[in-house]
Amino acid sequence: MGSRASTLLREEEIEEIKKETGFSHSQITRLYSRFTSLDKGENGTLSREDFQRIPELAINPLGDRIINAFFPEGEDQVNFRGFMRTLAHFRPIEDNEKNKNYSGDFIAFRLYDLDRDDKISRDELLQVLRMMVGVNISDEQLGSIADRTIQEADTNGDNSISFNEFIKVLEKVDVEQKMSIRFLH
Amino acid sequence: MTWFTFLVDNLLCRCLGISITVWFTLLFFCTIVPAVLGVSFGMRRLYMATLLKIFEWATLRMEMGAKEKNQELYKPYSSDIIAKEPSSSLLQEFQELRGSASCLSSEPEFELADIFYFCRRGMETIVDDDVTKRFSAQELQNWNLLTRSNNNFRHISLRLTVLWGLGVLIRYGVLLPLRVTLAVTGISLLLVLTFLVAFLPNRELRSYLSEKVHLMCYRICVRALTAIITYHNRENKPQNGGICVANHTTPIDVIILANDGCYSLVGQVHGGLMGMIQRAMVRSSPHIWFERSEVKDRHLVAKRLGDHVADKTKQPILIFPEGTCINNTSVMMFKKGSFEIGCTVYPVAIKYDPRFGDAFWNSSKFGMVNYLLRMMSSWAIVCSVWYLPPMNREEGEDAVQFANRVKAAIAAQGGLVDLIWDGGLKRAKVKDAFKEEQQKLYSKVLVGEMDQNQSDDKHSQDDNPEDANNRN
Repeated sequence: MGSRASTLLREEEIEEIKKETGFSHSQITRLYSRFTSLDKGENGTLSREDFQRIPELAINPLGDRIINAFFPEGEDQVNFRGFMRTLAHFRPIEDNEKNKNYSGDFIAFRLYDLDRDDKISRDELLQVLRMMVGVNISDEQLGSIADRTIQEADTNGDNSISFNEFIKVLEKVDVEQKMSIRFLH
Repeated sequence: MTWFTFLVDNLLCRCLGISITVWFTLLFFCTIVPAVLGVSFGMRRLYMATLLKIFEWATLRMEMGAKEKNQELYKPYSSDIIAKEPSSSLLQEFQELRGSASCLSSEPEFELADIFYFCRRGMETIVDDDVTKRFSAQELQNWNLLTRSNNNFRHISLRLTVLWGLGVLIRYGVLLPLRVTLAVTGISLLLVLTFLVAFLPNRELRSYLSEKVHLMCYRICVRALTAIITYHNRENKPQNGGICVANHTTPIDVIILANDGCYSLVGQVHGGLMGMIQRAMVRSSPHIWFERSEVKDRHLVAKRLGDHVADKTKQPILIFPEGTCINNTSVMMFKKGSFEIGCTVYPVAIKYDPRFGDAFWNSSKFGMVNYLLRMMSSWAIVCSVWYLPPMNREEGEDAVQFANRVKAAIAAQGGLVDLIWDGGLKRAKVKDAFKEEQQKLYSKVLVGEMDQNQSDDKHSQDDNPEDANNRN
């Protein structure tokens, strides 16, 4: 049974989302179809359980953090607008729309910075490292990795990594190529 | 004026009487007799061709309607939403990210950018993943005049609505009663005849007659669903003493296959009507029904299957190793139980054409009765069955590898995607072992090859699906 995609999404809404995120009309309708197929409760919003039902996401070590990136502070449901806003960060950016709010490294920073205080502390870094390696590396080794990373990145000596320091470290990595998803028309 | 009403009543009764007689005669000669004799008039294919033309016309009208209103039509794309990179393994991706040569240093190298790999992969699966879309019905390119498969309600013109209304009338007013009558006839004939055949003393005569009875009843059931089946490569039909495995889309798969040959079915004992049918069937031919408690006991199951297969006079067993219904766009993990028995396996690929009615049973959405009603009120069930050459387990191959080989053959023939994921994910959560596998791989990237013994090349059931795909 197909999802009643275009019947529930009004033209005005599509236009607004198009302006806000830069996706094309057909991309928006297809992503809406995907949104409704994930929405098992059929109430127009997605909860964390809806995301966790995707097996390939459930086996991703950072799965929970990625899911978190969709939900605004303290909320448990995300509607289609919020869904599209988060996905828009992964659209390859055309040169004339370079907008710092819509780039992949912002989301990456959010994955580290759990308490959203705009700083990656040693603890937060350790948490993410532990999620990525599981039980295979000892605490001491992990601790020294974290210390070294902060040492290399921290320029103002506050023992944590701010967003600007984060960007500086990433300069040598081609963020666009590594973080963007190629949406087809 | 009572004489007037009396006259009208009389006339009405006569008309009704005549139409019912005509109905039943037609039914008898056009469907039941050919079913009994195994002959076909080719009417169903004509029906199919006509329907296809009507569907194409309907979609064209909708496109025109949409253009007039200057809106875009929702088109279900058979291609993907995103272009996924050709899957490279975790190790390869990180080497690219680091830009380093093949040797990994003993100093753990961590980069803040490492997170990008997991983040992007995670986002890609949120937008489009391989598994969840297999558990709901496929989307169609052309509208087939069934409300259940339409996404463009706004673009239906008056003409189309009339056509659709006509379709509803035909489907529910003519086809459905016809089909229900046929189904009831088929099932009652099965019950009565198998009951009678079971009384015969002579074993050979009994099995011969029971074969004929079963085939006849299945043919009637096939007509009850208006199933148009094309069998390919009949020379590879399953023989006695083997196991027939097929991909599973719907319980109707059994009827489709049993229409062309006699199989022993395997399943749980049910109550009610199903139970009655099961008991009737087992009286005249050897089916394998398990009590609910026995199902958990793998050794018992294997033993009973093994005994059946060893007896060369018994029919081949029909098994669906996926264990659950998948939507016929892919083949999911085959459970290794039936491949451990050690006999010849006859793979069969079944592919349904969804344009005339989607046969997939979404068991979490519809119950059995609801599903059958939907089946009987679709236009038709069209499918192709391919009998593949028999396969045996090779030297040094374990059950899982054998199962995967058979699965690949079925997927290739049917044009289905070959997935390693377990169909049980429809209801259950994925095992943690897969996540741990990913974590182990990433740790290797960080600190190098810590333990040579740990790198496991042995293909086990718990293998990480993504990397197993990459390894092949």
